[in-house]
Amino acid sequence: MNSTIARLVIGRLGIGVITLVIVSMVVFFLTSLLPGDAVQEQLGQAATPEAVAALRAHFGLDQPLWQRYLHWASGLITGNPGISMVNGLQVGDMISNRLPKSLSLAAVTSLVSVPVALTIGILSAMFRGSAFDRYTNMLTVFAVSVPEFLIATIAVLIFAVKLGWLSALSRTVDVHSFGEMLSVYAMPVMTLCCVLIAQMARMTRAAVIDQLSSPYVEMALLKGARPMRVVLRHALPNAVGPIVNAVALSLSYLLGGVVIVESIFNYPGVATLMVNGVVTRDMPLVQACVMLFCLGFLVLVLIADICAIVSNPRLRK
Amino acid sequence: MNEIVKVSGLRVAARTDEGVDLPIVHGVDFSLKQGEVLALIGESGSGKTTIALSLMGYARSGCRIVGGSVRIGDVDVLQLSDAELANLRGCRVAYIAQSAAAAFNPSKRIMDQVIESAMIHGTASRQQAQAKAVELFRALALPDPENIGARYPHQVSGGQLQRLMAAMALITDPALVILDEPTTALDVTTQIEVLRAFKQVVRERGTTAVYVSHDLAVVAQMADRIVVLRDGQIQENSPTEQLLAAPAHPYTRRLLAAMKPAAASRASARVEPVEQEKPLLEVRDLEVCYGKQVKVLHGIDLQVRRGTTVGVIGESGSGKTTLARAVAGMVAPSAGRILLDGQPLSGTLAGRTREQFRRVQYVFQNADTALNPKHSIEDILARPLRFYHGMKGKRQRERVAELLDLVQLPASIAQRRPGELSGGQKQRINLARALAAEPDLILCDEVTSALDTVVGAAILKLMADLRRELNVSYLFISHDINTVRAICDEVVVMYSGAKVEQGERSTFRAPPYHPYTNLLIDSVPEMHQGWLEETQAGRGVPPRIGVSANAEGICPFLARCPVRIDGKCNTTPPPRVRLDKGNEILCHHRDIELLQLEESVPVAAAG
Repeated sequence: MNSTIARLVIGRLGIGVITLVIVSMVVFFLTSLLPGDAVQEQLGQAATPEAVAALRAHFGLDQPLWQRYLHWASGLITGNPGISMVNGLQVGDMISNRLPKSLSLAAVTSLVSVPVALTIGILSAMFRGSAFDRYTNMLTVFAVSVPEFLIATIAVLIFAVKLGWLSALSRTVDVHSFGEMLSVYAMPVMTLCCVLIAQMARMTRAAVIDQLSSPYVEMALLKGARPMRVVLRHALPNAVGPIVNAVALSLSYLLGGVVIVESIFNYPGVATLMVNGVVTRDMPLVQACVMLFCLGFLVLVLIADICAIVSNPRLRK
Repeated sequence: MNEIVKVSGLRVAARTDEGVDLPIVHGVDFSLKQGEVLALIGESGSGKTTIALSLMGYARSGCRIVGGSVRIGDVDVLQLSDAELANLRGCRVAYIAQSAAAAFNPSKRIMDQVIESAMIHGTASRQQAQAKAVELFRALALPDPENIGARYPHQVSGGQLQRLMAAMALITDPALVILDEPTTALDVTTQIEVLRAFKQVVRERGTTAVYVSHDLAVVAQMADRIVVLRDGQIQENSPTEQLLAAPAHPYTRRLLAAMKPAAASRASARVEPVEQEKPLLEVRDLEVCYGKQVKVLHGIDLQVRRGTTVGVIGESGSGKTTLARAVAGMVAPSAGRILLDGQPLSGTLAGRTREQFRRVQYVFQNADTALNPKHSIEDILARPLRFYHGMKGKRQRERVAELLDLVQLPASIAQRRPGELSGGQKQRINLARALAAEPDLILCDEVTSALDTVVGAAILKLMADLRRELNVSYLFISHDINTVRAICDEVVVMYSGAKVEQGERSTFRAPPYHPYTNLLIDSVPEMHQGWLEETQAGRGVPPRIGVSANAEGICPFLARCPVRIDGKCNTTPPPRVRLDKGNEILCHHRDIELLQLEESVPVAAAG
């Protein structure tokens, strides 16, 4: 069993490194194709060609592309993703200021959404076709299809403007008590949960239903097992593979895909940082953020695969 | 009176897509005495499984028990609440499913599943239940009874799983056991072992059982009484002996007749092939590997002459389907040649011409999956007409009608979809699609395995007629030696990727055979009671031998061979020798030895 997992992890790490290399190239060369650069952005339209050239030389932008790539990539490997072209700060510091906030938002959202989603998914699979199943199905379709900025705006309208229970902005600096944490996180987490729970619950429901139609489930029923036991002991262990993969995909979205929610609640996460970087053409920042999201995604998928293997005796040896 | 089960007026209905209840079991009555084994026999759709499941108060989704009563002991199962039913299932009534491979949960250990009903119903402590399970494993002749429970279902063979499922059913000492086609998915050589184990346990424990099957010969070994079902109605209910000797109902007689395809189509099968210079298909020293190491076929030589049928027989995993796929070009051989009319055929699809495609057609085992459910029958048949013959419009429509006529289906079927046809009709369409190309050779992969006996016999007859009319050749792949003996001119026996015997059909009626062929033939259940006790198949313990040499080409059947010779079979590759009757076998033994071995063993046992 351990050797299979070890082999998988080593194989995945290898593929992960190759993926990261390819992504780094694509990111680097694609961002270099964007019109304009940080120098033009900073100096404005009235800048003299000499000033532009001097600043470019300062940032090394006059060097050939492949040289810049090598320089940047070797920096990444040694843990130095470069210096921001906009404010001269270390990109590493900028990200490490924001990352804990992003991670804590992701963690709180996961802690809320995963158990709720699994419960809804399993229950609606157990009572397939019932009123409960039909209504949750309707609600989840609704939650998946309504854009999150709308949910966020409506949440602000209700809880901040009309009821005045929560602050419309998330000021994470002054969190000292549980109540304050609740008021800071409640709305962003709620908004994110709407979408995530819906996605994960639908995948869970499909995976469990898929197992419920299999002959061994009928066999368990004919052994006298009650519905709860059939689902939890028989169907669920076999549905773990698809479910953890769905969860991993949803959670990887929490790292980089939450720009809108962060912007609306003015939440200081990494996603907003990256968007700001794009606006100011701060390429070292953008590139580092993208690499970070890619890494997070690879790690989550790897964890999901390991879970799937551990849960399936045919795959572990 | 000691009637333990009494079913009266049982009615089950299926709900159609339109929400109309369609009766599928119409008022069935039967009863079982303590310790009796009752068989429910019929074709698919006869309601036999539905009735068996009703005994547990269970109906599959879409079905509903609408009336009647099922009394087990003094409870009416159909009046019980859901909770009471759960208490009954697995405790008073236990079920053994058709496919153990699917009915075992792949992610749980065997022991946990075997004792699960005892745990649910609290009939024993975990320790007691495990001890009892081991005892049952031993009684069912499972290997390593102490430790087999620690394995997962994928780590044991299909025949073992089926026996493990019997242990699972018996763990709570149920009053009634339902066996639903428990050996249908197994090879004959495995089936015989499982049947023996079942029969032994049933007899020792005096189990009351309902045995569901489509196979009268199997049922004849197991049951005291047989209920013949058709379209959800009982046709006949008689003691086994009486039913086999003097079937009262015309349908029972038809069923009995269809069980003997040899008798049914012998007359039409024998067409003397015109002696030709070169065979239509010639396979020379064919070898197919998966990956670099695993040889799934090796040293296959084969000829199919025009207008003849060559049967390929062997158990699952013997490589027979791979052979057909290699001939069709779907798997590339790693060595050897395939010649069509003397012209070499490329090993891959890409290397073959459209004309070569046209001349070799493939009929797949399962018409359900081979026909696109979204296409009409006309679309399905028109595509090869367009592709190979460039037919269009009126000419194409006429040809579709001709093809349907050829496979004895009405032209009106052309606009329907496969889902609206019966299994036999779908298999006819499958055949018609191959015929549309006007091929010289049709590769038939288990074409009747998924069909009921009666329907399958009709397909075989049709194939024989077509061969006579169109002078096509068949490479007929099957696991059923009776079918092969009935319709093929020549028979090839395969074991573990090697050809172990080849000969004319008539030579497969009496020994000497290759020891594997002998096992295969002896394992086919015969339609008389007591066969299971008399037959020697699978009984002989292989003689002890030393360590086998790891040399290439050692006899593949060595591990199971009851007549292996120490110092010869395990060290030297067997030669290909010709028996006096003309058969070529891959064995160290000679005519006389084999004849003695194969004929003397049963005599010795009987005496």
